[in-house]
Amino acid sequence: MLDQADEVWITGVGLVSSLGDGSEAHTDILTGRRDGMPAVDETTFAPYPVHRLVPLDLSKQIPKNSDQRQMEGWQKLGVYAAGLALDDAGIKGKADLLDRTDLAVAAGSGERDTAVDCKVLETASAGGDTPLRANEILPSALRPTLFLAQLSNLLAGNISIVHHVTGGSRTFMGEETAGLAAIESAFRRVAAGQCEICLVGGALNAERADLLLGYELGHNLWHHPFQHIEERTHRGGGFVPGSVGAFLVLEQRGHAQGRAARPYARLTAVESDRGRREPNPSANPLAQVFARVGSPTGQEATSVFSGASGVAPATAGELSFLQGLTRSGGINCAWTYGDLIGHSVEAHFPAGIALAALALRGEGLSAALAGKKCNADDVAPIDRIIVTTVGHYRGEGLAVLERIS
Amino acid sequence: MIRPHRDHIGRPIAAVTGMGLVTSLGVGAADNWSRLTAGQSGIRRISRFPTEGLKTTIAGTVDAIPVAPYSAADLATAIAEAAGREAIVQAGIGGIRQFPGRLIVATPPSELEWPQLCALYASEDVAAPPGYHRLLAAARTRRFSEFARHVRFASISDRLQETFGTRGEPLSICTACASGATTIQLGTEAIRRGDLDAALCIGVDATVHPEGLVRFSLLSALSTKNDVPEKASKPFSKDRDGFVMAEGAGAVVIEDYDRAKARGARILAVVRGCGEKADHYHRTRSEPSGGAIIGAISKTLNDAGLAPQEIDYINAHGTSTPENDKMEYVSLKAVLGEHLAKVPISSNKSMVGHTLIAAGSVEAVFSVMTINTGTLPPTINYDNPDPDLPLDVVANVKRDASVTTVLSNSFGFGGQNVCLAMTAEPA
Repeated sequence: MLDQADEVWITGVGLVSSLGDGSEAHTDILTGRRDGMPAVDETTFAPYPVHRLVPLDLSKQIPKNSDQRQMEGWQKLGVYAAGLALDDAGIKGKADLLDRTDLAVAAGSGERDTAVDCKVLETASAGGDTPLRANEILPSALRPTLFLAQLSNLLAGNISIVHHVTGGSRTFMGEETAGLAAIESAFRRVAAGQCEICLVGGALNAERADLLLGYELGHNLWHHPFQHIEERTHRGGGFVPGSVGAFLVLEQRGHAQGRAARPYARLTAVESDRGRREPNPSANPLAQVFARVGSPTGQEATSVFSGASGVAPATAGELSFLQGLTRSGGINCAWTYGDLIGHSVEAHFPAGIALAALALRGEGLSAALAGKKCNADDVAPIDRIIVTTVGHYRGEGLAVLERIS
Repeated sequence: MIRPHRDHIGRPIAAVTGMGLVTSLGVGAADNWSRLTAGQSGIRRISRFPTEGLKTTIAGTVDAIPVAPYSAADLATAIAEAAGREAIVQAGIGGIRQFPGRLIVATPPSELEWPQLCALYASEDVAAPPGYHRLLAAARTRRFSEFARHVRFASISDRLQETFGTRGEPLSICTACASGATTIQLGTEAIRRGDLDAALCIGVDATVHPEGLVRFSLLSALSTKNDVPEKASKPFSKDRDGFVMAEGAGAVVIEDYDRAKARGARILAVVRGCGEKADHYHRTRSEPSGGAIIGAISKTLNDAGLAPQEIDYINAHGTSTPENDKMEYVSLKAVLGEHLAKVPISSNKSMVGHTLIAAGSVEAVFSVMTINTGTLPPTINYDNPDPDLPLDVVANVKRDASVTTVLSNSFGFGGQNVCLAMTAEPA
């Protein structure tokens, strides 16, 4: 058990997705006050469906146009969500506090200028020496600012510039496990007293052909009309990318209480591993990490927010395990939140924790989402949420959140 | 029961027990060290691809470990493996493919390069409309699955984990040109928490390709003194005009000090302190007062429990850009004050170039070797000192000195500033 003052509290949530902008929009969907229909665009990137981001008024969080011009989509989305989290935690603009707030970001490799790529490829395919063509075209075609959109750590860098979060700054990579590593690192540092307050999260701009190309090379994408995650696993599997920005403020309890911050929940455990999948691909990929926190016994009202991607057979293995836990009464329900917001890769685990935090401080999860056959108005009470993440390719982990009564 | 060793505020101590290196100077820490201390340069004309039309045509490429055809991901994986293996062998830790700790890798950008994009585009099966539609249609044929490793952002750490059998989920991190130092910082923090007994920390970069060069050129970051390649990188000189892109891998095994002693390992050095401070001033420039760099150095000394006067030697970030070297001087002066004039300083980048993501790892290895040998490597090409940066630069030839404590600086785009204080084994 953690010493009480060292408990890790979630004191700020910033979440934007295809469902809405901010905590209220997402809470309304969790509780069933608003219909939770996935907002899927099946035409722009056909045959790939994507969950399209709601329109944002970026100037609310990124007031300077000069800053916006220096960023591409994933960075704007992330900086926006980070600003929401800081606002929510009540630390936006508090220079002294931000100067010792650490930053842990999950990122991919940024965005390419696809128009320049196409220009080079078309010229090259018309004949000629490709490297030389690249030399001719790139120096005039590439924008210096775009390079800064391609550097993985430049989401963190832009958060420092726009919001003045200037303690430590670490960027983690590796698809879903980037989000897991960022959360785990922040959690362990806060729990051990190595950090008092940390802004942690990530962002994915799903509406990009270069991103789709990367995942299509590994045959990880769903390229049929939209279906829910479990249904996809019966038809070969695949993930549907979703644009998401998700940031959290993690804070030592003593620090949070010292500034009278209102917590969402306490984070009591984060576990990660990388089991080998080859010998038995449809085995439960979460067996090891669940064993470390103890499988739920039904004594508390525990739910699972599953970050399953839809990529078979890892998702099939996970869902089969979670269905077993539900049948045995260990958990109330297992909700695959990617059905609503899409799969947000680096941002997916932080997004799941953000949704869990909202559910624990609010009114829980609507029966419609929990998948129970009762009135859609019913909301299941929840004391404890386990958020899972299983990488579409590798890595797995979970976080345990508890209600603060 | 032997009393456990703890640092000045009661934390477990992180000890360095193994090191490995690959740079443009050579393969292996010993070979690198003999060339580095002899003042040799690894910077040469680029032969990997045609450079016509490019402003910069020189780099510190790693050519000694051939990977054909070249790709950043494949060369990075190969040299990271070589450095990692050397470090594990020196540490004498674990069995074959059984490293008893976590892997932490500073990993360069993962992306499709032109040869792969062109192969996809030229795919004969594809009659799709041009542009990314065609690339995606080619990818759907499943004939190009092997390209996925170029766009999996943790593919290098995946491969290294399989090679070395490290435990748990490997970490892949990026803090730009401070990344190598960040791996050591993350490992040290985990050892201090008691979460890890050992960590294999590797920084690697092998991105000398046309687009890599063009990008840094567009930011006016690179030297264009192409005529005499080995003379182009001249940190702290008045006529410095940019850094020279380079490749390399540095690997460090760090362990809980008591566990390392208990298994009879030789302690090469101790990671006495680490500190970092983010800058909010600009995407590629430091705040003019040096506030964030000063913060990183001060936090490092504070974390290490060291007074500025206890720094014996500085392994500079020293990129040879006008901006970096000035800001590094201003910040060091602010923290070390009058003592700075008495502290010798070198930039390894004068010889190996700027190994970018790997720089913090490569320079941590050189820092430990400085402590172990009592030899300060030179800063070559220091023929025209910048009078505005009055530093005790180890000019052009190595110097002998007894060194207990080294400060190693690493700064990166995006306002990343990380410093390490490495010391000799506690008496």
